[in-house]
Amino acid sequence: MAANASQAKTARGPDAAFILKKAVISALVALVLFSLMIGIRTEAGSDGQLTWWTRFGDLAAMVAVVFGGSIVMELLRRWWGPVDTVRVVPPSAQKVFSFAGRALVPALLIFTFLVPVIFYDERYILDLGILVLTYVMLGWGLNVVVGLAGLLDLGYVAFYAVGAYSYALLATNFGLSFWICLPLAGILAAFFGVLLGFPVLRLRGDYLAIVTLAFGEIIRLVIINWQTLTGGPNGISGIPRPTMFGIPLTPGDDGLATLLRIEFSPTHRIVFLFYLILALALLTNWVTIRLRRLPIGRAWEALREDEVACRALGINTTTTKLTAFATGAMFGGFAGAFFATRQGFISPESFTFHESALVLAIVVLGGMGSQLGVALAALAMIGGFELFRGLEQFRMLVFGGAMVLLMIWRPRGLIGHRAPTVFLERNTAISSDLVKEGHG
Amino acid sequence: MDYFAQQLINGLVLGSIYGLIAIGYTMVYGIVGMINFAHGDIFMIGGFIALITFLILVSIGLTAVPVILLLVLLVSMAITSLYGWTIERIAYRPLRHSFRLAPMLSAIGMSFVLTNFSQVAQGARVKPVPPIITGGYTLHEGADGFVVRLSNIQIIVVITTIVLLALFTWLVARTRLGRDMRACEQDQTMASLLGVDVDRTISMTFVIGAALAAVAGMMYLLYYGLVDFFMGFVAGIKAFTAAVLGGIGSLPGAMLGGLLIGLIETLWAAYFSTEYKDVAAFSILIVVLIFLPTGLLGRPEVEKV
Amino acid sequence: MNINDILSVENLTMRFGGIVAVNDLSFTAERGKITALIGPNGAGKTTVFNCITGFYKPTSGTIKLRHSDGEWRLERLNDFRISKIARVARTFQNIRLFPGMTALENLMVAQHNTLMRASGFTFLGLFGVPSYRAAEKAAIDLARYWLDQIGLLERADDAAGNLPYGDQRRLEIARAMCTEPALLCLDEPAAGLNARESAALNELLLKIRAEHGTSILLIEHDMSVVMEISDHINVLDYGVKIADGTPRQIRDNPKVIAAYLGADEEEAIAVMEGET
Repeated sequence: MAANASQAKTARGPDAAFILKKAVISALVALVLFSLMIGIRTEAGSDGQLTWWTRFGDLAAMVAVVFGGSIVMELLRRWWGPVDTVRVVPPSAQKVFSFAGRALVPALLIFTFLVPVIFYDERYILDLGILVLTYVMLGWGLNVVVGLAGLLDLGYVAFYAVGAYSYALLATNFGLSFWICLPLAGILAAFFGVLLGFPVLRLRGDYLAIVTLAFGEIIRLVIINWQTLTGGPNGISGIPRPTMFGIPLTPGDDGLATLLRIEFSPTHRIVFLFYLILALALLTNWVTIRLRRLPIGRAWEALREDEVACRALGINTTTTKLTAFATGAMFGGFAGAFFATRQGFISPESFTFHESALVLAIVVLGGMGSQLGVALAALAMIGGFELFRGLEQFRMLVFGGAMVLLMIWRPRGLIGHRAPTVFLERNTAISSDLVKEGHG
Repeated sequence: MDYFAQQLINGLVLGSIYGLIAIGYTMVYGIVGMINFAHGDIFMIGGFIALITFLILVSIGLTAVPVILLLVLLVSMAITSLYGWTIERIAYRPLRHSFRLAPMLSAIGMSFVLTNFSQVAQGARVKPVPPIITGGYTLHEGADGFVVRLSNIQIIVVITTIVLLALFTWLVARTRLGRDMRACEQDQTMASLLGVDVDRTISMTFVIGAALAAVAGMMYLLYYGLVDFFMGFVAGIKAFTAAVLGGIGSLPGAMLGGLLIGLIETLWAAYFSTEYKDVAAFSILIVVLIFLPTGLLGRPEVEKV
Repeated sequence: MNINDILSVENLTMRFGGIVAVNDLSFTAERGKITALIGPNGAGKTTVFNCITGFYKPTSGTIKLRHSDGEWRLERLNDFRISKIARVARTFQNIRLFPGMTALENLMVAQHNTLMRASGFTFLGLFGVPSYRAAEKAAIDLARYWLDQIGLLERADDAAGNLPYGDQRRLEIARAMCTEPALLCLDEPAAGLNARESAALNELLLKIRAEHGTSILLIEHDMSVVMEISDHINVLDYGVKIADGTPRQIRDNPKVIAAYLGADEEEAIAVMEGET
């Protein structure tokens, strides 16, 4: 170690010139790029006139940041080696982690169950928990399509929207209870999944991605414009809250609180929602794990690995793809119905491409196919977004930058392996270098 | 009939703008096989740069319109090209040999970065610009009083497009760079073994694509009189649809596709409904990719088993 | 079509744009026998395979298949139907295993259709119904049998992508056999194998023919395999059949020698006569 350090020190001599040169070039590029966009600020005045003023201070600051950042990046690169060899957990600690790994899942599960108990008074934490669990469920749903079957779906938000709007419309127009609407929302979403699936069966990779994106956008535009059905940009409000199997969670005499002879509190409903989404998410998880071990799940993964080989083995890849789309869509629909009942109000603004990208990022970050990975990724992303509460306007900037960095550093996601679904003797994890990513 | 003729003109002008953007998509897809999701936002940045440059020039007292236009064109092309170059270096080059999904997600991330950057740097409000070029020609006055007009801006857009297209076709067919591009499109490894600087060629492809998108941005600004930070998203998808419709990898195809999309969008909005015109464009994308995946002028591929 | 034939290719032509890859080809494969398709590179052998197994639609011609389950015209069937219903299995020139799945999982995927039926198209399986569990166990047993046959039982739980090349080739054959085919089409199964591995491959194929009665259609360049195990050989060159017969007949056929040498027939005869 000492020898390396001193070698590095002497080697850094001529390197200093190189690092400096790189930093200067980066700063110059940044200067040009930012000169107009940051250096000048335009604004439309109230009379429609366009005014502008200079912000040279900000410009200088940004250029300095780029300069300093470039130096830091180069130093890190020399210190840590090439990007893809950087590991958060050093190999020596991985053994400990695998022990901890087996305990991690049960521990996380127990903790999640106890969150409403531990944080009963902190409404903020409960709401955050509900949000995280919603995205965990969405991630697990999309995981079936992207992670298991390898079909690049950039329009997942469409099914979320279908689920939300079906529940909203059924509940407000027909007065059906949440528990009846939930399966209906799932079925409708699954139907849309098949509808989307049929045309895109022959498409591969990037083309499949962009067509699914287009589909998601079409759904959103139809929702915005079909005002008589969906209320257009104003959305649907007054969506009934869920009941505990018919018993409402209200302060009145027929409320649950009165029934149980406890004092009513608005937190009851939040806690109920928390356990509801937890139950839905766990259902998604359980079904996915079971399906993975069944022929259909194995066929999904085989599809991802090599579609041609699947066809040569007599597998109808068309129906396999359609079932993947339908199943993923169904879970998205369930999540959408939950979203509608939780908010009480939905509008097309909640169903933009950004949502699809976010869920996709969660699935990829999690290490496609890994249930635990997706859950952790959802926690990290949504939790991370929460930290940006005050800096809302920079959220997408950071999210986009994080996606770029993630792809450069760990394109295969956090969890670097795949668990086989059946084994004779040993359940050995398969390194994700071997696992194909699928081309759709 | 007159109404139709007007829509035809409008559609072709809009289509020229789409075509310029589509060329960038098709070139990049041809050479590195990826859809540059951030390309639409490059178009948006080009529009902003054009706007700001224009404001500065007017403020320092320049009044000669041709000089202003030329300067705005050059500055926005130059700076936007640098954006294209930087994005390729940072977000795509490191991933060139990575998994298929990686460059695509990186591009999506870059698209978000550009959109949000613009939103933060210049505010979320739409930026209107007073018309810089006014006037035009009355082509025909119908009996019902409907006037078919060809505005000066429309003429400028079309001429600029034609000039650039000619320049560009010459570049690809006759210059060393163009030859290198075509070689890299066919077989990157072989090209590099034969001495082609693959990295530089790919960079130049992005640069040229960005320059053309910048011109499209400036034309959009002149024609519609406004820019906003979100205009890259929808325009990007439409331009990509145009590239696919014309046949991905084919330059004349990109222009043809652009013109067609422009026409379809304008005619749809004129005769059916304005609200659903974007839906029409997206639906075309789906229909084309299902029934005509190689597009109108593209080359069909046979999958080797 | 002869009563003894399982496969009859008649006047098969395959055109790709201006190129004629296969030109009016006719040959048959006898049931329960090993038939080989040989010829220099580019002769069109894999194209023929792709037509038989449904990955290409032939420009013209017919491909008839007949065995105990029935009779089919393969040029009209979808690729996966040819495997599922007509029971034709194949391996690929560039191995197409599922690299991220274990050897055992690869063999389980091969039994997809049987297991799907047993799982009641997933619904019964979802609830762990005993009939499904029995079917799954039977599938694992079949997989275990084939893993044993190819000597990979100890590596059943290893990722297929991690297996050495020779093992991967054999695994692909075992996977094809797990679909319980009547006709097994092998595309260069001996490519890249050394002498010992080729001999083991011969043993495996002969065993398959003897113990399972599977008919085998084989594309191969390795003459030690072809001559050793084939019952009948068809020789292709430039998409046309130039000779067919027993291994002995083919070995001494000047046309065949000429085709491989890239010379013409007279030169080949001259060389042969010069040698004898």
